[in-house]
Amino acid sequence: MGVYQQTTRGTTYRFDGLVDLMARATPARSGDELAGCAANSDAERVAAQLALAEVPLRQFLEEPLVPYETDEVTRLILDTHDTVAFEPVRALTVGGFRDWLLDLAARPDAGTTLTRLAKGLTPEMVAAVSKLMRNQDLIAVARATRVTSAFRSTVGLPGRLATRLQPNHPTDDLRGIAAATLDGLLLGCGDAVIGVNPAGDSPQTCADLLHLLDEIRVAYEIPTQTCVLTHVTTTIGLIEAGVPVDLVFQSVAGTQAANQGFGVDLALLREGHEAGLSLQRGTVGQNVMYMETGQGSALSADAHLGTGGRPVDQQTLEARAYAVCREFDPLLVNTVVGFIGPEYLYDGRQIIRAGLEDHFCGKLLGLPMGVDVCYTNHAEADQDDMDNLLTLLGVAGCSFVIAVPGADDVMLGYQSTSFHDALFVRQALGLRPAPEFENWLERLGMMDAGRVVPVDASASALRALTDRVGS
Amino acid sequence: MTDFWDPLRATTQARIGLGRVGDGMPTSRVLDFRLAHAIARDAVHEPLDVPALLGSLVGSGLCAPMVDASVASGSSVPPPGGNGEPRLGPPVVVTSRAGDRATYLRRPDLGRLPADLSPVPATGADVGFVLADGLSARALQTHGVPLLRALVQALPPTLTLAPPVVATQARVGLGDHVGAALGVGTVLVLIGERPGLSVADSLGIYLTHRPEPGRADSDRNCVSNVHAPGGLPYEVAARVAGGLIAGARQLGRSGVALKDTSREAALPGAPGQPAV
Repeated sequence: MGVYQQTTRGTTYRFDGLVDLMARATPARSGDELAGCAANSDAERVAAQLALAEVPLRQFLEEPLVPYETDEVTRLILDTHDTVAFEPVRALTVGGFRDWLLDLAARPDAGTTLTRLAKGLTPEMVAAVSKLMRNQDLIAVARATRVTSAFRSTVGLPGRLATRLQPNHPTDDLRGIAAATLDGLLLGCGDAVIGVNPAGDSPQTCADLLHLLDEIRVAYEIPTQTCVLTHVTTTIGLIEAGVPVDLVFQSVAGTQAANQGFGVDLALLREGHEAGLSLQRGTVGQNVMYMETGQGSALSADAHLGTGGRPVDQQTLEARAYAVCREFDPLLVNTVVGFIGPEYLYDGRQIIRAGLEDHFCGKLLGLPMGVDVCYTNHAEADQDDMDNLLTLLGVAGCSFVIAVPGADDVMLGYQSTSFHDALFVRQALGLRPAPEFENWLERLGMMDAGRVVPVDASASALRALTDRVGS
Repeated sequence: MTDFWDPLRATTQARIGLGRVGDGMPTSRVLDFRLAHAIARDAVHEPLDVPALLGSLVGSGLCAPMVDASVASGSSVPPPGGNGEPRLGPPVVVTSRAGDRATYLRRPDLGRLPADLSPVPATGADVGFVLADGLSARALQTHGVPLLRALVQALPPTLTLAPPVVATQARVGLGDHVGAALGVGTVLVLIGERPGLSVADSLGIYLTHRPEPGRADSDRNCVSNVHAPGGLPYEVAARVAGGLIAGARQLGRSGVALKDTSREAALPGAPGQPAV
């Protein structure tokens, strides 16, 4: 393991290997303090950033933060690294890469160049450069990056912001879920997916939910996809049983051990991906995976240690989760940024920073990145923080956000963004829904001149949607 | 418009049909949300009233009297489980190494470690219960005893049950240490879930077969959202947990390989048998 040194104003700081250097260069974060890898002072943090700026990008190919021998995520990252795509930035340092990205982002060819570059970048490289960036840098570069994916709607087109309609219910009551779905559709949400987190993991419950959502989608010819966010093994079983599955969901993390904590490995994800593809249910594309991530998941599974037994910082581990996602050509990836709690992201400031970092890193690696703009009630955050992050992400070209009735998820017990918030950000920034869904909204008279118009639910074409559920 | 949503509101606690002012929410909705958030934040910091919980565990006839209390009153402790006797032994209390709420919120690692396990008896019983405050002491205070009663009633008399362990400043992982000290085959951690806006007192059940320090989350099964009204009723939660215990004992483990099959009956040919 190499030793990195930085002398600033007469003080010399030593960093043992890239693991230590990366962790100490990270903006302040409660999870890194919990893991014992955060910088000891603000000055040490900046010293680490100065040292990190001088590290060649190539070094990340030579010095894995998590050992190759013991971690299949590291093997995936290094074995699939595209050296041809890497060529344009091969000679750069991390600091030089930041300048290169910002210079490119200001040019019209940025989109195509960054798309070509994606497979040449590793998660550690993008995590490293993000640590040197200000929030506006993260926004500028992410905004210039183009990633699109498609199933029955197209996600990620410029000037568009899609939403996941999340009609969760504490007991998976079908009528309650249908009611929340109706509310969301009437407010123009659901173009990324109509996705339910089931309260129970009973395959029967998941099957009932999938049948319900599919029936609604077919009855009203909604150009979107539905998903019940259950474990990949359950979804594979449901596919085998002939239940209408559009997307295969799984939460993933950035180390093999953390993925084991979720009960998955790459082989199982491959199996899920193939099962989803076998159904051929997409109409405008065949991206069948929906994956969720979030800073802190590796640490909460005690699966965050890297080279030399040292803790890897949570933002780098999060970026490594995107390498797992990238392998399966997902339709949707979202970081559930403030979901786990204040032990990983303490307050609104940390949540906003992490949301921008995650979005930047995922998009630069070529993923259709969405963000669940959210927080829990034991965190120091409120809806004003969510307004800030949502607006910033809208500017940054985020593919999709989560939308729940009134921003209050009554099953998971946390706050996200509301259907109204989606109206706000689309209107404020001139963003439109996915094109297929936008056409549908227009056809039903729910959208006019780029705006979701207020509709009288009782006079809407969708008014009988909830009647479809057998009592 | 309000009329249209009223019957639908009976089907979900979700904030549906809120109306629109421009693209925003009406004032009343915004203030209602803020109040709910304030109440939820207060709930996080509310401490567990341990004497009250112990009192209702014993007073309701679920548990034998506590040893200390009986010594003080000069009576002997009857063995639990006899005719008309409580099926559970006297409750014991443990706390985690997170000394206070502020530490608890920032140090989940300490919340998973016991400060002192010496009050926990080695029982070798089939099933143990940990009653943990988690992020909502109010949830445990309100639903802990009735849920435990439903669980005890749902479990077959052939299963032996350890005395319940009340745990404060506790995370789910603390149950692994307690379960191992109890020597139980399966441990159920009844824990206050983080307060949401609609419900600040929701209880979750985490089941771990062969509990021991170091178990991963994928080794557990969860029955969540146990609360009244609107959540999973005690009896239903107990039935699901009972099915999971039986499944875990048959399978020899809990976690992602163990599926809740209590609602399978209506789906012939569908998955549902525990996949090994």
